[in-house]
Amino acid sequence: MQTTIEPQTSFEVTNKGFYGHFGGAFIPEMLYPNVEELRQNYLDIIADPAFQAEFWQLLEDYVGRPTPLFLAKRLSAQIGATIYLKREDLCHTGAHKINNTIGQILVAQRLGKRRIVAETGAGQHGVATATVCALMGLECIVYMGSIDMERQQPNVDRMRMLGATVVPAKSGSQTLKDATNEAMRHWINNPVDTHYIIGSVVGPHPYPDMVARFQSVISEEIKKQLFAKVGRETPDYVVACVGGGSNAAGAFFHYLNEPSVRLVAVEAAGKGVSSGHSAATTALGKPGVLHGSRTILMQTEDGQVTEPYSISAGLDYPGIGPLHAHLFESGRGDFYAITDDEALQAGFELSKLEGIIPALETAHALAALPKMNLQPSDVVVVCLSGRGDKDLNTYSKHL
Amino acid sequence: MNDNRLITKNDNQKILMTLSTTQNRISDLFSQKSERLLSVYFTAGFPNLNDTLTILRSLQAANVDFVEIGMPYSDPVADGETVQQSNGRALDNGMSLKTLFAQLQGCRRDIIMPILLMGYINPVLQFGVENFCQKCQEVGVDGVILPDLPLDLYLADYATTFREYGILNVSMISPQTSESRIRYIDEESNGFIYMVSSASITGSVKGTSDSMRQYFDRIKAMNLRNPYLIGFGINNHETFDTASQYANGAFVGSAFIRHLAQNGTSEEGIKEFVQTIRA
Repeated sequence: MQTTIEPQTSFEVTNKGFYGHFGGAFIPEMLYPNVEELRQNYLDIIADPAFQAEFWQLLEDYVGRPTPLFLAKRLSAQIGATIYLKREDLCHTGAHKINNTIGQILVAQRLGKRRIVAETGAGQHGVATATVCALMGLECIVYMGSIDMERQQPNVDRMRMLGATVVPAKSGSQTLKDATNEAMRHWINNPVDTHYIIGSVVGPHPYPDMVARFQSVISEEIKKQLFAKVGRETPDYVVACVGGGSNAAGAFFHYLNEPSVRLVAVEAAGKGVSSGHSAATTALGKPGVLHGSRTILMQTEDGQVTEPYSISAGLDYPGIGPLHAHLFESGRGDFYAITDDEALQAGFELSKLEGIIPALETAHALAALPKMNLQPSDVVVVCLSGRGDKDLNTYSKHL
Repeated sequence: MNDNRLITKNDNQKILMTLSTTQNRISDLFSQKSERLLSVYFTAGFPNLNDTLTILRSLQAANVDFVEIGMPYSDPVADGETVQQSNGRALDNGMSLKTLFAQLQGCRRDIIMPILLMGYINPVLQFGVENFCQKCQEVGVDGVILPDLPLDLYLADYATTFREYGILNVSMISPQTSESRIRYIDEESNGFIYMVSSASITGSVKGTSDSMRQYFDRIKAMNLRNPYLIGFGINNHETFDTASQYANGAFVGSAFIRHLAQNGTSEEGIKEFVQTIRA
């Protein structure tokens, strides 16, 4: 009866933008032409050999790819399994976010756009966007919740130094969700010359699919690197943190149809799943529509979006990407919720065991390892999505 | 057995659909009046939780042609600051769809003008689309405007239910909407079309420009089968007048919210506001 939500066994997006029950493009008519222009063109643009050549060249020479796949021996010994870290923290600007912004700015150029608008929570996506705008000489406007601007002042300064205009989002709760609303409003007001670079696998179709494709370089490299190290492309587990879920989508992408690989998504439980201060979307949410897609969403009984909380600014988003909602609903993914304290502890542990200070977001993924009942023979890849320099203020309060 | 049930349901639906088309207050209005129609938007629960009926009655006394009652939402992406703030205030006041329907229960004893609900899809989904339509029918709501429910998704998933209860779904067009899509929207609409005056969110447009007039001309020349009203940026007599030269009328939203915020809900004040727009 409901034609757009036919059961779907595949994990690829349908041509209408659905993953199972989730996805689609729930957008005001004012955005329809922009989103439709993107939908009609993104696959062709990405498939174009000239685009591919430029994209890969930039990933190699500018971002610093491939990023290493590092066998974390001391962590492995402590956990009791073989743990590899996919070092996205070594990307230029310090996180995986730039894989997507490089891809999208090349798309924007080919669509003839002159201005870029973006939203940011912790500032990582904002910095990655400002960076590629500087590189390509495009005007850059980043919306950031005014509360987040105070919390993440160094990233605000970085964006400004890179030439971006950072606009405080003063509406609603003044955090990531509201920055996203403001970026969408900006796009509605400037439909012709502006491209909106969404930072995660969220938003209306084709964004979740496009962002996942640009981030899929992560699992593409894991496959090759793992084969070189252990003689097979498939680990037993791939583990990644999920706010909107872009690093997870990239780390899972080439394993979606490999049932032998368990996909582990780790959400932020904040002060505890039931504490009222949490961002554990799959544990607390219900199906709903936010920022253009049907997904799992933290909301009140009346359908008002709930303000999430996490110690990590990159994970406090009230929804998740529609692909992840589908992984959750279909049982393809295992979902864990990690508290602030557990994440902090895992961050300190990795720093001491391996000499790598992870971003607080990434620390959530690491904290899931002891909970996974791993066997000594298990091979696990953790997506080390970002470095922890930006979080030193928070870490140092708990030293 | 199954087949029988299906036939019965379809027949009922047909009867309901016929009834609803003949009885819809919106079609009635457009068959009686086709020029200088004025619809006024206000957010349910703003400025105070229980102002809904007071405002409705005053707007009717002020002779507006119909109203859009805003269903407040936490994340109104198509709205500018004024409507956003009224949404936030209404939610703080405790407004919900349940409360709104309770307030509207019995309003048809004295409200005769068409009533539309305007808002975002998520609260409707949580209320349950069928429940929502049933409640609309029960309290006398004639149609809805849900900017983040595109026509294709509406037709695929919800049109049957809306039609079953005789609730109109109003689609929008904007200056960027292609001619073929406008034709498609016109074909699939049965009530009227909401024509957004410029590429913008609500309350952000100042005056009417040349490019806006060109767009108005272009739409006028298309001779759409549905009537259409212009909204966004209609905030005084001049803009209402311009819109009315090109369309069947206009929507006033943010300007009225500002009026309520500054002057409260007195009937005199509301009448004066409406008179100023109409002049």
